[in-house]
Amino acid sequence: MDHAAKASLVDSHKHSRSRPIRVLVAKPGLDGHDRGAKVVATALRDAGMEVIYTGLHQTPEMIADAAVQEDVDVVGLSILSGAHLTLVPRVRELLEEKGRGDTLLVVGGIIPQADCQHLEEQGVAKLFGPGTPTGEIVSFISAWSENRSK
Amino acid sequence: MDGAMGSDPGIDKLIVEFRDRSVRALARTISIVEDGRPGFEGILSLLHRDLGSAHRIGITGAPGVGKSTLVERLVQRYRKLDKTVAVVAVDPTSPFTGGAFLGDRIRMGSVALDSGVYIRSMATRGASGGLAITTCEVCDVLDAFGFERILVETVGAGQSELAIAGTADTAVLVLVPESGDGIQVLKAGVMEIADLYVVNKSDRPAAEQMVTELQGILSIRAEVPTSSGISHPPQWNPPVLRTVATEDEGTEELVTALEEHVEAMRTTGVLGRRRKERLIRHTRDVVDRSLRQRVWKASDGQQRIAENVDRVVSGAMSPYQLAELIIEAGLPRVGD
Repeated sequence: MDHAAKASLVDSHKHSRSRPIRVLVAKPGLDGHDRGAKVVATALRDAGMEVIYTGLHQTPEMIADAAVQEDVDVVGLSILSGAHLTLVPRVRELLEEKGRGDTLLVVGGIIPQADCQHLEEQGVAKLFGPGTPTGEIVSFISAWSENRSK
Repeated sequence: MDGAMGSDPGIDKLIVEFRDRSVRALARTISIVEDGRPGFEGILSLLHRDLGSAHRIGITGAPGVGKSTLVERLVQRYRKLDKTVAVVAVDPTSPFTGGAFLGDRIRMGSVALDSGVYIRSMATRGASGGLAITTCEVCDVLDAFGFERILVETVGAGQSELAIAGTADTAVLVLVPESGDGIQVLKAGVMEIADLYVVNKSDRPAAEQMVTELQGILSIRAEVPTSSGISHPPQWNPPVLRTVATEDEGTEELVTALEEHVEAMRTTGVLGRRRKERLIRHTRDVVDRSLRQRVWKASDGQQRIAENVDRVVSGAMSPYQLAELIIEAGLPRVGD
């Protein structure tokens, strides 16, 4: 994305809210590789968001707790290990239990096509597979945020 | 404000839940205060009488000295002493993008899921003047909620960070042996504010020398009465402590020193004096902030600038004339 396009993305996002969007980026489970999550976290920061990065080996309980304490708008889970069918719904469930079912839940990583629909039914707003341009993730979150403040 | 609930039912409900010790309500209240959302002053006003139970500790130092690791150790030790702890970790907002990468939570994994611990990441949001007042207000919310220890972790020793340290009951400066010679530290201004010094990563060979140098400088400072306006307990010699946070060495002594400091301030009356000074400063800051916002709003200041900027650029109008225009338009209508 060239500088002008980036700048206008930042601008359009800034003017639609008076405060930055807060995003929790977490890696649940046993994954050992977090480069992808860090790339996304950096892109979100560059788009003017406040990114709370929890690091590796988070349990769903730790993720939900952090999401509540930080009063985030968005929870982004990065999963490469294949444990998405247990971890993701558990996070959603805990967020609901703690009164934060209103957060936007997005998932990135290695998720087989066959499981995507199931996860969307379980409350995941969008799944971003490997190679998704980070601009797409930024746009999705920004658009959701704009819609919410209307 | 006489403590009556505001007319906003959403906020009324939030306060009820807050007083019921709901963490979600605490987190939302912090957001409202941090963002300055409508009703935030009413909330803070309501919570004011609940303040006072927390010992506020400011921890500052250059990036990479090990503050987060040290904070984690402090949290562990306070929990062993059965104290509830809140951590506010402040990180810089990018001046170019307005975003922030808040990564201090990572270092505190061992205390996750302990209901006696609350961690909140804050970005500076480019508000160099307003950062200290906002951080103070976030701490006020945590104090009112009932946390017994509040650790505020900030990076650097710039104006904002010093101001934040100034709102703490105990200010700690963390250094590492490579921090450079002691004279640099003397210049930083933080020497006037710090109550305790910690040389972390003190297993490194230069540590001993640094401690000696620091102690030397502090003994010189003790001869010169400080005009910074920060009260210190009489006979309080800021201790220089050595830690290796990663190995949890020296941290027990640090907790002891922190407890001793607040106790010394309490018995000598300095704590009361500092808190009074803080409340005076805070009230002044609230007036300044409120005036500023109301004049800008009442004068439609941004619009007036946009309309006149070309004249200022060409020299036909000076920034002072434009400013006068804005203020004169705004002041009479501030009460509207």
